[in-house]
Amino acid sequence: MKKKLVCLLTAFALAAGMAACGGNSDAGSSAPSESSQPESSAPEADAPAGTPTESESAPAPAAGQVTFKLGGTGPLTGAAAIYGTAAANGAQIAVDEINAENGSILFELKYEDDVHDPEKAVNAYNALKDWGMQLSLGSVTSKPAEATSTMNNEDRIFALTPSASSTAVTEGKDNFFQMCFMDPNQGSASAQYIADKKLAAKVAVIWKNDDVYSKGIHDTFTAKAGELGLEVVSDTTFADGNDTDFSVQITDAKNNGAELVFLPMYYQPASLIFAQASAMGYAPKFFGVDGMDGILTMEGFDVSLAEGVMLLTPFNADSDDERTKNFVAKYQEKFGEIPNQFAADAYDCVYAFKQALEAAAPAADVSNEDLCAAMIAQFTSMTFNGLTGENVTWDASGAVSKSPKGMIIQSGAYVGLD
Amino acid sequence: MTFLSFLISGISLGSIYAIIALGYTMVYGIAKMLNFAHGDVIMVGAYICFYAMSSFGLPPVVGILLAVVACTVLGMVIERLAYKPLRMAPSLAVLITAIGVSYFLQNSAQLLWSTNPKVFPSVVGNDGLKLFGGELSISYVTITTILTCLVIMVVLVSFTNHTRMGKAMRACSEDKGAAELMGINVDTTISVTFAIGSALAAVAGVLLCSAYPMLVPTTGSMPGIKAFTAAVFGGIGSIPGALLGGLLLGIIEIFAKAYISTQMSDAVVFAVLIVVLLVKPTGLLGKTIREKV
Amino acid sequence: MKRLLSKNTRRQTQTYAAVAAAFLIIQLLGGMGALSSSLKGMLVPICAYVVMAISLNLTVGILGELSLGHAGFMSVGAFTGVTCAVILQDLVPFAPLRLALSMAVGALFAAAVGFLIGIPVLRLGGDYLAIVTLAFGEIIKSFFNNLFLGVDSRGLHMSLISDNTHLEEGHSLIIGGPMGIGGIQKISTFTAGFILILLALFVVFNLVGSRSGRAIMAVRDNRIAAESVGINITRYKLMAFVTSAAMAGAAGTLFAMNYSTFTANKFDFNTSILVLVFVVLGGLGNMFGSIVAAAALTILPEALRQFSDYRMLVYAIVLILVMLVTNNDTIKNFLARPFARLAREKGGSVHE
Repeated sequence: MKKKLVCLLTAFALAAGMAACGGNSDAGSSAPSESSQPESSAPEADAPAGTPTESESAPAPAAGQVTFKLGGTGPLTGAAAIYGTAAANGAQIAVDEINAENGSILFELKYEDDVHDPEKAVNAYNALKDWGMQLSLGSVTSKPAEATSTMNNEDRIFALTPSASSTAVTEGKDNFFQMCFMDPNQGSASAQYIADKKLAAKVAVIWKNDDVYSKGIHDTFTAKAGELGLEVVSDTTFADGNDTDFSVQITDAKNNGAELVFLPMYYQPASLIFAQASAMGYAPKFFGVDGMDGILTMEGFDVSLAEGVMLLTPFNADSDDERTKNFVAKYQEKFGEIPNQFAADAYDCVYAFKQALEAAAPAADVSNEDLCAAMIAQFTSMTFNGLTGENVTWDASGAVSKSPKGMIIQSGAYVGLD
Repeated sequence: MTFLSFLISGISLGSIYAIIALGYTMVYGIAKMLNFAHGDVIMVGAYICFYAMSSFGLPPVVGILLAVVACTVLGMVIERLAYKPLRMAPSLAVLITAIGVSYFLQNSAQLLWSTNPKVFPSVVGNDGLKLFGGELSISYVTITTILTCLVIMVVLVSFTNHTRMGKAMRACSEDKGAAELMGINVDTTISVTFAIGSALAAVAGVLLCSAYPMLVPTTGSMPGIKAFTAAVFGGIGSIPGALLGGLLLGIIEIFAKAYISTQMSDAVVFAVLIVVLLVKPTGLLGKTIREKV
Repeated sequence: MKRLLSKNTRRQTQTYAAVAAAFLIIQLLGGMGALSSSLKGMLVPICAYVVMAISLNLTVGILGELSLGHAGFMSVGAFTGVTCAVILQDLVPFAPLRLALSMAVGALFAAAVGFLIGIPVLRLGGDYLAIVTLAFGEIIKSFFNNLFLGVDSRGLHMSLISDNTHLEEGHSLIIGGPMGIGGIQKISTFTAGFILILLALFVVFNLVGSRSGRAIMAVRDNRIAAESVGINITRYKLMAFVTSAAMAGAAGTLFAMNYSTFTANKFDFNTSILVLVFVVLGGLGNMFGSIVAAAALTILPEALRQFSDYRMLVYAIVLILVMLVTNNDTIKNFLARPFARLAREKGGSVHE
């Protein structure tokens, strides 16, 4: 027993030592850049060049160049890892591009894993803080973002999240902004769209009962549908661990004569719903939200199952737009996959930061608090053009205004609906 | 008609649970351990079959065979490296090791095969039988699953009842010490059990992903827990019990969704389990062990 | 006998002293600004997990029943405790008192649930008991995932499955079903966590040292023998189980009040398993071991951040290796060879 305790104590000491080392070595690597930055560009932006700094991703800043430490948390492991890794990859591409341009703003990017759990997200956030994060990409998913956004607000570190879409993320926080639509907007926009285009009178909703994203869209969708005279004839749910068999939900929609099935969810369960509905011989119109994006690029997915599916999405990997093509090509080359909207949103976030920083031109030794104030001023006044929207603006609450594009899937490709 | 189609969905889901539960129950019966990594062996099997079919273009049968072989080897390696050294250790230590193995498999899968979901190509095609003028449809996957499940059960029962190795297994599950004295190689017997259990896991993985064609590194974990529940439900250690427990669990799950609430279906399933265990404390077909003073 | 008792007392005093020393050192380091934000952020969750580990060790180590649903009690404590804190927001402006009251409420509700669950569950044994606790954990998770609760001037409103609370204007839901609880005022502190650990240790040590505690351990070691000497099995089993649930509830409140938001999914099977790992690694019945294991294994994944994607893989390997090293005699002897002389001196100590 004694020996066991000794073992444990050693393990503990090791762990603590590693934690301390981690902190120290990070502090060590960031120290030179911090000490040299004031030399390189303070007080005026074009002061004589200082000693070059060492950094993994950013080249040595020359005169007038400022490197900012950009941090974000997201699920890089676990069941939700696909979203986190996509965002981290998308942001990395943007950072690489910007650093390659060698302009006045350089970035150093670090993504920490939060396993889609608020507790781990707070840990990840703190690890980033120890690293010296100046600007934040918030968290990728909603619940973790809710936890980290309070920390961002307390520490006055400005954040722009690529994809955390619930309202609670921005509520009451003046320095937390979103790049994606808010959930309620998507719900009401979808209902509005269905009513305006007279797509259906009887609607079924299948949603994920233990997911903030799905629940948020579902609630506003049903409320708005009621206002617009759409009849919700079937309202069924699924949850984690119960997300493989949808026969009951589909049968319910079918038996109640739903002409359209609204699917506020991500594309993985949606792909199963399409397959099972088709096996059952039920072919209503399907209507998805931005989480549906990615379904066409799933490895092995039979795209004919998604024929005629409509969705509101800000991003389309098949678009002819030059920047999108470039982004998709780079992403495929580097990560071997087709980027989804999470990657595109994160990519846009970095560019939005760049634009805001160029306009604000903060000094290299700017405090986080001043940087935060400058960023709030910029983001509430600027207009941004990115992969996920043209003429994007933000209001003081942090919500983005960009119009979702209605898309329909035809022969395995998105086609604009309007 | 709706009722019938729900019943069929339930049986289909249940037979997958049953195949997984058979693996659980075999290992539990002989090694007396809860192998929490079983669900993740399923996932590995499904991935191997997926890559064999999609990347190498092999026919489904070869894919399944490859998966079975790979999982058998994997199961034996896990047993040799992680569980065998703990044969004398308290059962909780083995349980925690199994959980460690489960984390290990999930995270390795994520590093090897990324977290992007793969759509599993069905091994038997997507069509189905249409009955009653198309009102009731039974997919071939469902039929295959149910048949496979029955065949496996019959084979397993006759294997344990009539072969030398089967007898050795039963002896081990009764009393390891006595079995060893009678000249049975307990280590080999346990290894063989793991091999069979893992081979079943591979089959279950392929069927699970054919019926619900989406594959991610965490695919196996929830069916694993459900199947564990099913094994206990039917009486852990009992082969017909695992089949019965699996089928009932699947049917109850679908019916709870259909007739009670989609939101509370898991709660209903577990509530039924609790009630059954309170009435029959060793599961439906479990042996009642009389306590000796 | 006397020697045994004094040995026990000595070990208990050592445990108290070690916890207090750890607290003082961390406070001191914190005062000097030598703690990283990362470590500072983990202090409260570590305290909560330590209390969870002590609590589960009471069930698994002292009572000898395997529970796979302990996170359920944590969940009950978290939801009821936070609800209480929200209601008391204006009534009790002094945060530490509010926290203490909320933890008491959380513990009370968890104990009540523990009692209700305990009556049927404790009739079962072994792995069947384990699976039933797992089932209850899942049911509790499902329940809170579908519970809507809010408060307005007319009182407390609650509904299941869908939001039918019809709250007055200006009042919002406290528990929002799948959305969980959001906008929590973070009032948990490290000091509160430290006090809770001491309290939990005090309760467990006193229980173990008491007449009831000996009865509980008698039930664990030989149920039939215990019954034959007139020990009321159900009563003592329930006593340990309910105490354990109450501590888990308080830990849940402490944990939840450290974050601005949480959902029922946080307290799932994986969390139950996590706590079980602490207990097994620390040694069954060994409270000090539980404390060290809980702290070490909470820090470990964070300390492994430098391995990025390989982090959880390394964690899994560490977990397997530690179990092998501590439980396999061959490996243990091999590693212990340099300390062979030392080990021979302590040869009398019994492995747990």
